[in-house]
Amino acid sequence: MTFATARRYAFLALAALFLGAANPATARSDLTLAMVLEPPHLDPTAGAAGAIDEIVYANIFEGLTRIGANGEAQPALAKNWDISPDRKTYTFHLHQGVKFHDGAAFDANDVKFSLDRARAPDSTNAQKGLFEAIDQVEVIDPATVKVTLKHPSGDFLYSLGWGDAVIVGRTSAATNKEKPIGTGPFKFQNWAKGSQVALARSSDYWGAKPALDKATFRFIPDPAAASAALLAGDIQAFPSFPAPESVPQFQADPRFKVEIGTTEGETILSENNARPPFDNPKVREAIAHAIDRKAVIDGAMFGFGTQIGSFFPPHHPAYVDLTGERKYDPELAKKLLAEAGYLDGFKTTLKLPPPVYARRGGEIIAAQLRSVGIEAQIILVEWAQWLEQVFKSRDYDLTIISHTEPNDLNIFARDDYYFNYRNPAFKTLIAEISATPDGEKRNALYGEAQKTLSAGAPVAFLMQFPKIGIWDAKLEGLWKNYPIPANDLTAVKWAE
Amino acid sequence: MLSPSILSHLLTRLATSLLTLVFASLVVFSTLEILPGDPARLMLGLGASEDAIAALRGQMGLNQPIILRYLTWAGHMLTGDFGRSYTYAVPVRDLIAERLAVSLPLALMALTLSMAIAIPVGLFAAARRGRAPDSAIMGVTQLGVAIPNFWFALLLVYVFAVTLRLVPAGGFPGWSAGIFPAFKSLLLPAIALALPQAAILARVTRSALIETLSQDYIRTARAKGLTQTAILRRHALPNAMIPVLTILGLQFSFLLAGTVIIENVFYLPGLGRLIFQAITQRDLIVVEGVIMVLVAAVLLVNLIVDLAYAFVDPRLDIPR
Amino acid sequence: MNRSLIIGLTITLLVAGMALLSYAWTPYDATAIDIAAKLQGPSAAHWFGTDHFGRDILSMIMVGSRNSIAVALVAVGIGAGIGIPLGLVAATRGGWLDEMLMRFNDLVFAFPALITAIMITAIFGPGAINAIIAIGIFNIPVFARVTRGAALSILSREFILAAKAIGKSSGGITIDHVLPNIASLLIVQATIQFALGILAEAGLSYLGLGAPPPNPSWGRMLFEAQTMIGIAPHMALFPGLAIVITVLGLNLLGDGLRDVLDPRN
Repeated sequence: MTFATARRYAFLALAALFLGAANPATARSDLTLAMVLEPPHLDPTAGAAGAIDEIVYANIFEGLTRIGANGEAQPALAKNWDISPDRKTYTFHLHQGVKFHDGAAFDANDVKFSLDRARAPDSTNAQKGLFEAIDQVEVIDPATVKVTLKHPSGDFLYSLGWGDAVIVGRTSAATNKEKPIGTGPFKFQNWAKGSQVALARSSDYWGAKPALDKATFRFIPDPAAASAALLAGDIQAFPSFPAPESVPQFQADPRFKVEIGTTEGETILSENNARPPFDNPKVREAIAHAIDRKAVIDGAMFGFGTQIGSFFPPHHPAYVDLTGERKYDPELAKKLLAEAGYLDGFKTTLKLPPPVYARRGGEIIAAQLRSVGIEAQIILVEWAQWLEQVFKSRDYDLTIISHTEPNDLNIFARDDYYFNYRNPAFKTLIAEISATPDGEKRNALYGEAQKTLSAGAPVAFLMQFPKIGIWDAKLEGLWKNYPIPANDLTAVKWAE
Repeated sequence: MLSPSILSHLLTRLATSLLTLVFASLVVFSTLEILPGDPARLMLGLGASEDAIAALRGQMGLNQPIILRYLTWAGHMLTGDFGRSYTYAVPVRDLIAERLAVSLPLALMALTLSMAIAIPVGLFAAARRGRAPDSAIMGVTQLGVAIPNFWFALLLVYVFAVTLRLVPAGGFPGWSAGIFPAFKSLLLPAIALALPQAAILARVTRSALIETLSQDYIRTARAKGLTQTAILRRHALPNAMIPVLTILGLQFSFLLAGTVIIENVFYLPGLGRLIFQAITQRDLIVVEGVIMVLVAAVLLVNLIVDLAYAFVDPRLDIPR
Repeated sequence: MNRSLIIGLTITLLVAGMALLSYAWTPYDATAIDIAAKLQGPSAAHWFGTDHFGRDILSMIMVGSRNSIAVALVAVGIGAGIGIPLGLVAATRGGWLDEMLMRFNDLVFAFPALITAIMITAIFGPGAINAIIAIGIFNIPVFARVTRGAALSILSREFILAAKAIGKSSGGITIDHVLPNIASLLIVQATIQFALGILAEAGLSYLGLGAPPPNPSWGRMLFEAQTMIGIAPHMALFPGLAIVITVLGLNLLGDGLRDVLDPRN
């Protein structure tokens, strides 16, 4: 090596050093985010666990439509559609050149396959109700699908946007639980059971390329470990942070952004309306007045969560604030109990499933009920027992649960639902809503329905469950709200 | 060499162990049959329709008669096939193997740590029997025995993870993340498990040593002019190994299965948490598989301890 | 006088006294929720501070001792009540009965105790009764083994042979001669199992398998403290100390009793 060349190399090295310093490496393109629960498997069409959708929705799998950050139905694999005047026939025009991650081409046959599979008699789809309106699905040509409904449905496009309605490949559907194959911008890499699922950007995605090239979902069920992992930088985002007690610490730390958003989780104290004394409306009203929602939210959720007066999310345009209708008023509660013939109160039971909000909230509510004379004995149950005893066999008096599905006001119109609530007027309202397309009229009907529930007090309405999102201050594009279970990463990027 | 009487004893033990295993499989299977809660309903959740649940039950083979299911399960297990997890939809054997990759190293670390502390401490105390250091050590071990390991774990988390931030508060990065990070995340759990065990082991070591020290051949050794330390190390310790081994065997079995609570404190994906989750999710086939593996492990450890007795002290009358 | 015995007895009596006192008096109502007063550190008003619901931790520990003691005591009762007769029968009858009982013991020992306890509560739902059953079951083989071993050594003594020679029935011998001679050993064992029972109950409660709220339990207090360890470490400190002190007292008592009652000393 001559002196000159040596000097040239030295110069280049120096230049590289300076350039490197002046021109910081391009923005980061990987993300590790955490979830509380590990999904049982990764097929969103074969399980109810929200954790499945929190990984795969919009990232791995796509439907004909998709739900956006604010809960609105948007085009996805269907670029647009025509609706017949009687609103019973939907003709979907599909994107072309779309491929599944295993290389198989996507076309109308996959749509027919997916929808028929989901609504088949032997289907194990957890939300078969979404497809209840479908009469038949026809392939017109590879890029066009016609869906005929039995009756008009105002929710149809929205229903198709659920994780349970995503389009799966004909050859890969059977193995999606372990190796999910979709059409989305990210493809599945691997799953270390008990620890994490890794995704990588798909090189032949049909739509706009996401900024991230690698995303890892880590499972951290322990609230204490959740805080520690964020502080240590092991994870850069916890979209649904489980420990409200630790939030102030992050709010005070400039390295983090804390976003308190909403979910579709109406959290309620359910009452068995078929069982005395809860068959007496006065008793149910008394319970509604005996509960101090603010104390429940402060005590169980450290102040995070929004009070609700009916079964409807406050962020919805059709929301009516009814929290003033059933105010915390122990004296009134006692009076109502006396009128119902329970001058000295009564004894009952309160079955609590495992989540912290239920266990903590239950203790507070039991204490509040005690002070108006209702002795509610707390019975702790596991999920399996809750589903079996409370939900299926309806063997319960009181229970606390968050109903997390979007647009689920209609559960109070179901005769066979575990509330055992029967209100013909409410049923009529729900039927009307279902047949009314989105708009002013539908919203007015929603308002009616909310008022009917507040007045009938079938259950005690507590709070809208919050979504506590904590992530690195430089991270952009994660959803603030939780309109459906999802961690949509398509728009997530690191600020320069 | 093993004498014929020991050999026949070991064969009897082996036979009874197998019988215990068969009996255990019956107990486990029938216990789980009466467990309330439908796995299919649990998997499909709140919105599921009754026919979807029925369809899933059919797919899971839950509609077959119980005898048939037991025989299928037990038969497959003989060939090493533990069935497929209801919830994870992967072979139970793989799940168990994955979790053992956490639980086994953790148990071994805890056991090694416990021995490394307990045996020297026991020796030290025995050599100074009745004097101040002995009383002090015995006091400390009394405290160690009384501390619930999960509370000790909480204190460790508070000091080393929350306050000093030296180690993670919980979770397990996986061995793929490198030996050191994985080792680091097992360190606090291993300490939390080891110290209470070490306290017990130190007490047992001490009293076993004291017991052997009073025996004739030790007096002979002493008469021959051997020093106290030499006597302890060369003569007393090997002979005190029997009770120590017994306790070690018990502790290893406990560590393998009984780490549920510690795994919960540290959120480690170990065998204990697998079975805890499987019970709450009614993933019965996993529960059955893990319990059988654990029972087999306990029986195996007992056999090994038995065998070790024979090697440690060939003159030994077989304890019943 | 034996030092372990004195310290152990003092602690045990203090804990028992605290449990009895809690029926008559606690600083605050142990179940009274006052959200505004939550997570306060130790102070003159609340010696051990307050928990996440603003409850007084000292009062909760006092009331919680009743639960720990009751569960452990009944579990030991079950273990002794079934295990001792089994051990005695095995020792006096011998033969296949002995063999069968001992194999049954092995079976129970081979099952992972905690996991069996979790299954029992999964079948019947969590609660103090199930914790008692779960802990009690694993006490049976312990008592059976100890009883059998001790009884066998007594049965080979000369005075038993003498009693047999004068025609005393084996049942009579067991009750008149064997039982009194092994009683001290069994009392020591019961003390140890009692201490273990307190630890086991705390573990089950910690996993959410013990007595349900609102009645406080030491194990559940520790569970609730876990997520708050960064902001309210006192919530974890005091219930843990209560467990340690109680178990320590019982273990010292057991040791002291062994030294005093052991005929070799």
